[in-house]
Amino acid sequence: MSAKRLLITLSILLIAALVVVPAVAQDSQTIKVYSSWPLTGGTQAVGESMLKAAQLAVEHYIADHDGKGPAGFTVELVPLDDASPTTGAWDGAIEAENAQRCVNDTDCMVYFGTYNSGAAKVSMVITNAAGMAQISPANSYAGLTRDCGVENGCAEGEPGIYRPSGEVTYFRTNATDDLQGPAAASWAFCSGYKKVYILDDTQAYGKGIADTFEAQAKKIGLEVVGHSSVESTDIDFRALLNDVRASGADVVYGGFVLDSGGPQVIQQMDSQGLFESGVKFIGPDGLASESLIEQAGGADVVNGNVLLTFPGYLPSALTTDSGKRFYTDYVKEYSEEPDPYATYAYNSMSVILYSIETAAKKDRTAILEAMRGLKDYEGIVGKFSFDENGDSTLAFIYGYAINDGKIGDAVAISPTMQDTDCKAAS
Amino acid sequence: MSIELQVFVQQVLIGLTIGAYLALIALGYTMVYGIIELINFAHGDLFAFGFFISLTLFTMINPPKPLDTVGLLVILPLIFVITMLLTGGLNVLIDRVAYRPLRNAPRLAPLLTAVGVSFMLEALYAIWQGPTQINYPRYFPEVNILRDVFHVDIFILFTTKDVFLFAVTIPLVIGLTLFIDRTKTGKAMRACAQDREAAAMMGINVNRIIATTFFVGGALAGGAGVVWGLYINSGRFLMGFEAGLMAFTSAVLGGIGNVRGAVVGAFVIGMLKSMSDGYIGGEWTRVVIFGILILLLVFRPSGILGSTQQLEKV
Repeated sequence: MSAKRLLITLSILLIAALVVVPAVAQDSQTIKVYSSWPLTGGTQAVGESMLKAAQLAVEHYIADHDGKGPAGFTVELVPLDDASPTTGAWDGAIEAENAQRCVNDTDCMVYFGTYNSGAAKVSMVITNAAGMAQISPANSYAGLTRDCGVENGCAEGEPGIYRPSGEVTYFRTNATDDLQGPAAASWAFCSGYKKVYILDDTQAYGKGIADTFEAQAKKIGLEVVGHSSVESTDIDFRALLNDVRASGADVVYGGFVLDSGGPQVIQQMDSQGLFESGVKFIGPDGLASESLIEQAGGADVVNGNVLLTFPGYLPSALTTDSGKRFYTDYVKEYSEEPDPYATYAYNSMSVILYSIETAAKKDRTAILEAMRGLKDYEGIVGKFSFDENGDSTLAFIYGYAINDGKIGDAVAISPTMQDTDCKAAS
Repeated sequence: MSIELQVFVQQVLIGLTIGAYLALIALGYTMVYGIIELINFAHGDLFAFGFFISLTLFTMINPPKPLDTVGLLVILPLIFVITMLLTGGLNVLIDRVAYRPLRNAPRLAPLLTAVGVSFMLEALYAIWQGPTQINYPRYFPEVNILRDVFHVDIFILFTTKDVFLFAVTIPLVIGLTLFIDRTKTGKAMRACAQDREAAAMMGINVNRIIATTFFVGGALAGGAGVVWGLYINSGRFLMGFEAGLMAFTSAVLGGIGNVRGAVVGAFVIGMLKSMSDGYIGGEWTRVVIFGILILLLVFRPSGILGSTQQLEKV
């Protein structure tokens, strides 16, 4: 299984090297984009899917422009891995090295990453100091782009501490946790749950989103009966889940990603009889991947028991023409379902290509300014601009249920839905 | 019983189950340390090996899920034996390749090769089984004994899997103790632990005894891997790290090199984890465990039951 994946990754790298750089005739005509997110470890499936989607975005662009790259440049996507081989999860030292590699390469114009918000905290500082545009396909920690308040789990001094130059050089096309966590709480409230037990993995993303969920739950009257953090390497959560069982919670919110304990918690909730007694699990976008189902013990475990939130449409539910094309071509080319974040990898890659096209020269500052000025761009998730913080103006959250071993049944959710008869504007 | 008391009883039960599988792993640490004073950091990964190899065997044989009578009486014991033999064999191989050539080198050298072997095994598992969470199908029939057999409406969850866990681990631990206390090989192991040179002069084949120790320790860890798979039903290439860390701590807490100490230490750690997770919060569990370890070692450096090192000096 893994050897096959490795082979696929290697072939992608090879194809990327062969197709995108046909001959490397003139360096001045080649623009490199370094991508950085986990390509090994627990989120390997997600990372590979995002890479394939980004590659597809380049292919589509070239096909739409008579075989030419943006402004005549050849864009080369250089995929880097920021996961540590020893822990299988993202690693700050590796992430810093990746960002530095891009900064040191005079052909590298845009840094494309990261998946984990914690990793972005490391690389943002480096790319910002170098005056280079960085765009993420997945970071959802709010503090990266704006001051979201200590009471919402954000740190003091954010986002200034990530911007040594004082300028906005970091962008993202997906919505943030300060919307997603509260929207999940409102959704739980509107679905009739009364008592919630919150778990998180103590990381920037997991604890961040769990804290915003808690703040919202308290605000709207969803009783929080416990909040506990787990070691992401822990393997036995039964004692903790016994406390959950004793607390009388009817829903558990888990601030996790795939490699920080989420699948184990779901699997052990099942074996401890929590699902049997009607308790549900709600997880954030970090768990919203088809691979969660297999990892948590199969469809029998998750069906009807696991709910997920995701800041956008699933790839299969995209409504725009370009979105439909992305989905069909992805499935056709790779014979698999794209990961939810593949949508945003494609979306962000398209923004990179568009920015190069607008700048029309191989210059970091020009491309950065083009990206900063992005306005009414027709992405695959819809039309959006970047606001003054570098966030997308298109920020909507959807709730999903897992049934028949598939993530589906999208409902629009929002942090204010309890005020409007539990209906969120989509 | 009041609900609080039931919750407490459940936590104790969970603590005991954690102690049971940790004991099997801790024994391997303590045995190897006792005989060659090496902390075999790769030991936790043997536990993971037991998990993966037994899963592979189950997948190959593909018995019904859950196991029927034939499965329980024939296939399950068979897989246990094969797994334990293979894991024991792997541990002997590790000793032969990575530790034995360094037997007379400074003690730091084999310690480093042990760390190296551990990383190597983890990387191999990641390639072999993939880096994600692995689902171990529910082969062992699960019945909620109190509720479904005795029809007591109670909070406490006690299943056939809990019975299975104790039914496997307790005899193994007792068997090992008897093996070391009563058999000739056990005697030779104790002799080697006390003084390798003197043991060699008495005609004991020291290398073979050390290999036996590695084999028995590895087999126990392998057995723990099967039990874990059937009991918890999931694992990951890195699972040996966490289990090894806790088992090693158990061995130190009980008195490293002391077989009974490792068992006592494992149950203490299991109970601490269960109570801390349940009553204090998961984020404090490691603080509690290692805080108590530090306190204990300050006042009783040789662990709860005393390490073999101390005994020698006495």
